[in-house]
Parts: sequence; structure tokens; C-alpha cells
Amino acid sequence: MDENAIIKIKAQNINFFYGRQQALKNINLDILANNVTAIIGPSGCGKSTFIRLLNRMNELVPNTTLSGQIYLDCCNIINSSVDPAEVRRRVGMVFQKPNPFPKSIFDNISYGLQVNGIKNKEFIEERVTESLKKAALWDEVKSRLNESALKLSGGQQQRLCIARCLAIKPEVLLFDEPCASLDPISTAKIEELITDLKKEYTTVIVTHNMQQAARISDKTAFFLLGELIEVGDTHRLFTAPKDKKTEAYITGRFG
Amino acid sequence: MKKDITQKIGFGFVSLCMFITIFFLFAIIYFISTRGIKVISWEFLTQAPRNAMTQGGVAPAIVGTFYLTLCAILFAFPLGIACAIYLCEYSPKNYVVNLIRVSINNLAGVPSVVFGLFGLTVFVKFFGFGVSILSGSLSLGILILPIIISAAQEALLAVPQSLREASVALGATKWQTIKKIVFPAALPGILTGVILSIGRVAGETAPILFTAAAFYLRGYPKSIFQEVMALPYHIYALMTEGTHPKEQSAIAYGCCLILLFLVLLVSGIAIFIRQRQRSYYHG
Amino acid sequence: MKERIIKWFFTVLAFASLVFLVGIIIVLFKEGMPIFKTVSVQEFLFGKSWYPTFVPAEFGILPLLLASLWVSMGAMLICVPLGVGSALYLNEIASPRQKSLLKPLVEILASIPSIVYGFFGMVILAPFLQDLLHLPIGLCAFTASLVLGIMATPTVCSIAEDALSYVPRAFKEASFAVGANRWQTLVKVTIPAAGSGISTAIILGMSRAIGETMTVLMVAGGAAAIPRSFFDPVRPMTAAIASEMGEAPMGGEHYHALFAIALILFLITFVFNIIAEIASRRYRIKLGLSG
Repeated sequence: MDENAIIKIKAQNINFFYGRQQALKNINLDILANNVTAIIGPSGCGKSTFIRLLNRMNELVPNTTLSGQIYLDCCNIINSSVDPAEVRRRVGMVFQKPNPFPKSIFDNISYGLQVNGIKNKEFIEERVTESLKKAALWDEVKSRLNESALKLSGGQQQRLCIARCLAIKPEVLLFDEPCASLDPISTAKIEELITDLKKEYTTVIVTHNMQQAARISDKTAFFLLGELIEVGDTHRLFTAPKDKKTEAYITGRFG
Repeated sequence: MKKDITQKIGFGFVSLCMFITIFFLFAIIYFISTRGIKVISWEFLTQAPRNAMTQGGVAPAIVGTFYLTLCAILFAFPLGIACAIYLCEYSPKNYVVNLIRVSINNLAGVPSVVFGLFGLTVFVKFFGFGVSILSGSLSLGILILPIIISAAQEALLAVPQSLREASVALGATKWQTIKKIVFPAALPGILTGVILSIGRVAGETAPILFTAAAFYLRGYPKSIFQEVMALPYHIYALMTEGTHPKEQSAIAYGCCLILLFLVLLVSGIAIFIRQRQRSYYHG
Repeated sequence: MKERIIKWFFTVLAFASLVFLVGIIIVLFKEGMPIFKTVSVQEFLFGKSWYPTFVPAEFGILPLLLASLWVSMGAMLICVPLGVGSALYLNEIASPRQKSLLKPLVEILASIPSIVYGFFGMVILAPFLQDLLHLPIGLCAFTASLVLGIMATPTVCSIAEDALSYVPRAFKEASFAVGANRWQTLVKVTIPAAGSGISTAIILGMSRAIGETMTVLMVAGGAAAIPRSFFDPVRPMTAAIASEMGEAPMGGEHYHALFAIALILFLITFVFNIIAEIASRRYRIKLGLSG
């Protein structure tokens, strides 16, 4: 691994259970700043579960237990004294299915600012514009910011969700299969966007699409049955996998 | 074939059941409206009863029903919503929540006259509110609480979990998520439930028998500590305690029509809105 | 901190239903129990004469109890076939268009106030039946059963229809696949699969019928004697409470006796509701829905 890179997130000895069923087994993974890290693996391998730990979303699921540490910079975010809302402000998330609020486009983007106590109107307007521009949606919606976000197409909705995340200026962006429900053209736009955003943000993307991982990520981690099998530079992992199971997966023998 | 004949008979029976059920609905509406419409006039709707309730109108009863309904909803609405929010958004799955659920279901099954007795003992006597709008509408409020709770619960559960996740992922707290996302999204559904319960409250009689209703009052109530006339009780009183059966049963028909019209209007609106919403959610 | 206070606030309000239910139980016990200083529980439940205002007064509620059961049983004979039959029609025969029209109509039938049913029974149905069947009096257990039956039909229908709609399509398809026709599938697969759901509907319909007040008060005839036929006028428990409470001096024996009747009534419906609850829970578990 690159010795000079800054480690943004460090997950150590993560074990996670749904009830009695173990979903993650002793995961150790470093995520580098300003990199795109892809997490691949067959469904049910724990990849979504893993990134939902990084912003403590799994706390919404009842009956789960977690052990281990997750450091964001140098603070252990799993510690119960850390406010989960604060963690989620720093670690934004885009979900599998676009989930805009049933509100106007403007209100969707400004929501994160409002709940974080920002009341200055001009500031909010500026930030909404800036976020929509960054998410490459501005030109399509600038004339109808007060229309319902539900009127947008699926791909536009997903970019809206990305803009909504950007508005609160997170440090890390988590994408949980962001293109799973989109057409190829919208997918290409989102991928392009993720590549652009990497200059400013640390990005983690879960995908079941290996081509997508190969196209946009710097590092790739392969999960299987709750275990981290292999992690490394994307190019290297796809051309010369070290583990037999990784090889079997990327050559399409299972999954 | 034999099984086809059985099927024909079976389906015929089932269709007949459906027909009879709907037939009764129209029979009731038909008889009440054709006979009730004869006495309905502007005077009937706006005047107080006269001459030992053989002439004049039923305006005080209409106004009384309005007050009772309004106060009952004002009491039960916030309480019901709060309870539904707790059950859907906050409750951990444990025995306390089960206990609350069971008690809501049981409260829904308590006979309406028992609410009247409860109101009589607790509100009229123990709290000393007397026979009044307040006592009556509190008794009615408890009666409709389970209806409001289950309607609100249904509406809250229909809000997709993904919206809650999106909000929380942006750093919103639980309360912010409920207040700004979940509640507004569920509001139309909640309101439908409330409208339906308005229909129920307006028509209930047994709970107000001993807590609010008066047979005859000269004027309109001036405060919530006074007793009132109410449409459903008025019908009952006219039919059972009246001294001039002929004239009074005509008036009762009129009252019945007004009540039926109000209740059907209100529930019809609610049912209509709900059906549109359901098809909206299901694409 | 603020979040904690809000959660606490909702938790407290959520207990309202429990508080009211417990409050009702306390009130009924507190105001009902004193009558048992005058009469024994046995005399009260099985005494054959109800003369609360005579001197000496008699407090046997058997006539009222039997009247309630009599009238509700009669109502069940009407509302179970009608309600379940209509539910089967909605679930099995009706086209989506028909269903979207008929279901709201059933709901509207449910929303008609009981006083309107009572009035309808009293001024239209009772005279009609009196003429038709040459009855001495139209206001009797039979008429009351009929009106109550109509009232409870939409309740039974809606709940049964819900239960039927939860039956997985795969069950039915499996039955069609072996050559059963729609009726056979309905009788042999769908109804048994929805069985406990339908029984929930029936129990709740029964509970509604037995607790209904205004209708029986106006239609049942009011005689506090043990019913000998379906065409006798009767006074069910709810009607006794509603009609006599106004005249019973507060705190007197009659007053307490009426509360004791309400207590019995409450316990009966309580048992019905608990049974319905258990049946519906079992049904959900059986079909793999969340408990």
C-alpha cells in the first residue's frame, strides 16, 4: 500500500451480529483519504452491513451487537459517548434506491442544513446551488427548485440524493449500490460524478457490479460470507488476485 | 359435472350475501331520506323546538352535536397521535409495548354504554364537571382513541423506512426526523382516520346519555360546563319519552336524516380519500 | 437531552389507553361490587327476577343475561353468513372495479350510527315484521337480532376480507394446479387457511353485537322477563343499563346493580377480545406474518 497516504477510516476487529447470526467476522480494513474504495462480493456477504457501520446506521436495526473499533481520523466513532448524529454529519450516505423526501427540490437539499441548526437564508441558498452544481444536476433543475423532488427521473433523484449529502459538507461519502435501480446512462453519470468528487471526499462504494468497481475505484475489498478475503489496488486485485476465492469470484465462478 | 354445479350454487349464495348486505344499506338510506326530507326546511335547521317539541326545529341539537364532536376530537387527536408515534417510531419491541397494544385493542371492544358509566363516575362525579359538554366529549374521546391510534399507526407505517434512513443519515435526530419527514408524509392518512372518527363520534349516543345530553334546552350552550342537546340523543328521546308520538316521530325522521347525511358525508369523504391514497402508495 | 425528554413525553402519553382501560375496570369494580353485600354473586347471576325498584327489590340478572345472549346469537345467525359470504364475494368473485365500489359501501354501512339503525328498526322494520309474521308486538328479540345482525355484518365482512386477502396466492395456485375449480379451492384451501382470521372476525362481530346499546334499547321491547321464544320482547344488559341509570338514585342498590351488570358485560367482551387477539396472532404466525 501507498505509504504516504492518509488513513481516513480504520476498522479494527469488527464483529457484527443480527440476533445470533454473525454477519461480519473479524474485519480489519483501512480506508484511505481521497480514494475511492470499492467493496465487492456476492449478495449476503456483509458488504452493505459493513458500510452501514461506518455512519452507525445499523443502530436503527433492533437486536444487533457490534464489537471492535472504527476510527474516523483518530476518534473511535463506535464509542457510545460519541453522538451518532455528529458521525452522520461527517459521513454522508447515498442509498441503493433513490429516497428523496416528498418535498421540493430546494427543501430536500436544505434539509440537512436545517436539521443542523443553520438558519441563514442566503447561506442556505448558496449552499443549495453549490451542491446541485457539484452533483451535476443544477442545469436540469435550476428553473424548478420549488417543484416536488418526486417528479424527477430515477437518475436525477439519485443525483439529488448525492447533492443532499454534499450540502452538509461531509468528509466521507458512502455509496450503497447507488446504481442498482438505474439505467445505463444514469449509471454512467453517477460514476463520472463519483470520480469527480474523489478530489474532495473519501469515498466508499458498495457494488455487486465488478466492472463498475474496476472503472471507478482505486482500492477494492472483496467480502465473502462476512469475511474480508482480500483488499488491494483495484488494478492488481482484478488482474492478479492473491486468494483463490477472489479469483473464483472475479472470473465469475460464483456470485 | 357435479363440481361445477356445486360451484354455481356456492357462488350464487356468496353473491346473494353481498347483495343483501348492500341492499340493507340502500334500504336504510332510502326509507330515512324519503320520509325525513318532508320535514326538512330552513326553519327546521335553524330554529329551536317549540310547543312541547311538536313544532319548530332542531338547531340546538345540531349545534350540540357539533360542540361534542369538536371537543372530543380536540381531546383524542393529540393523545392518539402521540400514542401512535410512540408505538411506530420509538417503541422497543418488548412486553410494555405489547401491553399497550393489547389495551388499545381491548379498549376498542368495550361496549359504548360502559364509556358512559365511566364518564359518569369519573368526569361527572369525581372531577365534578357535572353533566356537561366537557364530561360528554371526554367520554366520547376515550371511545374514539383506539380508532385514531390505529388509523395513525397505519399511516405512519406506510411511510417508507428509506425516508427515515435518509433523514438520519444527514445527521437529523430522531425527533427532527419524525417532525419534519415522517409526520408530514403520514399526515393525509392520519387526517382520514380523524375524519372517520368524526363520523363515529357524531353518531354515538350511549356515552352521552348520562354525561352530557339534555332532552330539552331553551338556548344554546355558553360554556363547556353546560349540558347540551345532541342529534342522536334527541332522536332517542323523541321516540321513547315523547308525549306526542305522531308529530315527534316526524321530527325524529328529520333528525335521523340530518345525522345520517352528516355521518355519511364525512365518512364518504374519508373513505374516498383513503382509497385514492392506497392506490397512490401501491403505484 | 432534548431527545430524551421528547421520548419520555411520548412514552407517558402512550400509556393513556392502558390508563383508561384500567380506569374503566377500577370504576366498574368499585361501583359494582357493593351490590354483592345485598345479594350473593349466585343470586345475582342466576336469579330469575329483575325488580330493582320493588320493595323488596330483586336483583337477578338472568333475564337480562339471557336476553343479551339470545339477541346476540340471533344476530350471529345473520351476520356470520352475510359477513363471511360478502367477504368471500369481495375476495373471490368481484372484479377489481366492483371491489373498489363495494368495499367502500360496506365501510359506509359500518359508519351508520347505531341510533339510526335503532330508529330504522323501530319505525320501519318492527311494524313490517309485525304485519308479516302476525306478531303480537314488533319490538322483540327477533327484530333486535335482525337489526344487530345487519349492524355487525360490515365488521365481520371487513375483518374476514382482510384475513382472506392475506392467504398467499401460492396456496390457491397449488390447488388449481391439481384440477380443483375455484369453489373447491375456496372451500378446501382458502377458507381453512384463513380460518383463524375468519374466527377473529366472528368473535369481534359477536363482541360488537353483545355490547351494542342503542339499537337493542329501542328495538328489543324492554321486558325484563326470561325469553321463551325469539318473538318475546326482551331487555338485554346494555338496554337495562341505559334505560334505568337515569332513574337509579346515585349510590343506591339499583345504581350499584347496574354497574355490576356493566362489569359482567365488560368481562364478557373482554374475554371475547382476548380470544380474538389470540386467534389473530396465531393466524399471523401461521402465515409467517410478523407476530
